Amino acid sequence: MGATATRNGHSTNPVGDGRLRREQESPGTGPLPTRLAKALAGQVTRRIPPADLDERDPDYIRESLPRMWLLSSLYFRGEVRGLGNIPEHGPVLLVGNHSGGNLTPDTTVFTLAFSAYFGVERPFYQLAHNLVLSFPGLGFLRKFGTVAASPANAEKALRSGAAVLVYPGGDHEVHRPVWERNRVDFGGRRGFVRLALEHDVPIVPIVSIGGQETALFLSRGEALSRLLGLDKLLRLKVLPISLAAPWGLNVGDFLGHIPLPAKITVEALPPIRLRDEFGPDVDVDEAYDHVVRLMQETLDALAAERRLPLLG
Amino acid sequence: MRVQANIDIAAPPATVWEFIVDPGRYLHFMAGVTRWEVAGDDATGLGARYRTLMRVGSAEVGGLIEVVEWDEECDLAWSSVTGVDQRGRWRLRARADDHTHVELRLAYGVAGSGILGWVAEQVAAPTVRGHLRRSLQQLKRQVEHEQLRRQAAARRGVTSGGATGASTSTSNGS
Repeated sequence: MGATATRNGHSTNPVGDGRLRREQESPGTGPLPTRLAKALAGQVTRRIPPADLDERDPDYIRESLPRMWLLSSLYFRGEVRGLGNIPEHGPVLLVGNHSGGNLTPDTTVFTLAFSAYFGVERPFYQLAHNLVLSFPGLGFLRKFGTVAASPANAEKALRSGAAVLVYPGGDHEVHRPVWERNRVDFGGRRGFVRLALEHDVPIVPIVSIGGQETALFLSRGEALSRLLGLDKLLRLKVLPISLAAPWGLNVGDFLGHIPLPAKITVEALPPIRLRDEFGPDVDVDEAYDHVVRLMQETLDALAAERRLPLLG
Repeated sequence: MRVQANIDIAAPPATVWEFIVDPGRYLHFMAGVTRWEVAGDDATGLGARYRTLMRVGSAEVGGLIEVVEWDEECDLAWSSVTGVDQRGRWRLRARADDHTHVELRLAYGVAGSGILGWVAEQVAAPTVRGHLRRSLQQLKRQVEHEQLRRQAAARRGVTSGGATGASTSTSNGS
């Protein structure tokens, strides 16, 4: 691979000064946890598959729909509303709040609903953390259209006319403690607004509830992650701590967990066309606040409908 | 997996046929159906295409279907073009006293989905069967109401002009 080549839309030298590469190439210095983290970072970097939208396989998705339907309908009692709000054709940025730790049942429920509603023929990509795509045994996600979260990949997908599902909150939001389960928390990540503006595509907020009840999430473990340097090495700003089956105390959630069968409800809101609503010169902060406020109001309404955790 | 339901309606086949060939009426009598939208140039007849969705469990399942058999006042069958594999059929058979025996069949599945696909078909069957039964009950109620209305109009010597729905209807915000 040449010096300017990228893997999966990420620069092989994301910090620009070669510091990260040097750190990854010389894991033999520093304390043991740091050396382990560096070794892991090297493995992850090597395992991130090259970005290729063509890896999405409609036939595979179609054949997977029945088992996804079983999981979604029987285990999570999924309920998806408002799919008619998503424009029938053309590129669209689906912006979701993310829940459930490293296993995100809301994504499964929504992907099934989207694929069944619009048909597997409609191109649909989901942006995921590098770790998800590089984890052994999760290669099948690429057939569903999951690509590494990066502006380059999102741009490529939107240019192809696809629907793109992004979770701006990412690892920050997905590991929030259970007492913040009904809070939309993107951590100030405004990239999706710029992306929508750049490609002039509508934003459709996708609000889900229930995912954060699939385990007892206690802490994001941000301090622990910083201590181990995972934030710089793996773009991993958290090292979550939770009580989850079958592990009991679960640190990192790297091996996933068995999610509790919480009822998952997802609601797609009407599309937001930023330039129509905010004029030609859109203030990114204002648009970001608007989207988050709409989503939080919807999440509050969904939470008000919910009588009991897990049962819905 | 094939499920079916049947019912006797106190109206001649011609009246029932009017209902089942009009795509605008489907959302009014088909239980569980959230979309029945004309997808081609022809709103009805052999080769007409519709985009259909039926709520089953956590998803609205369906796809593009095409009318592949059209035997006036007797049989109407469709087959899927995209989406979940499905074949459907209306069978109308005349009975004595201007009654019609109506049978609605739906075969569905996903080729290549393996054992879990078979399990999903079995799990979905009671829901789909329930949709078909309720659809026929609603069809019976609507057709018989229309039949009574026409008979009453005929008695009064007024020409019947039954309202029909629009050729395209959607729900769920579509």
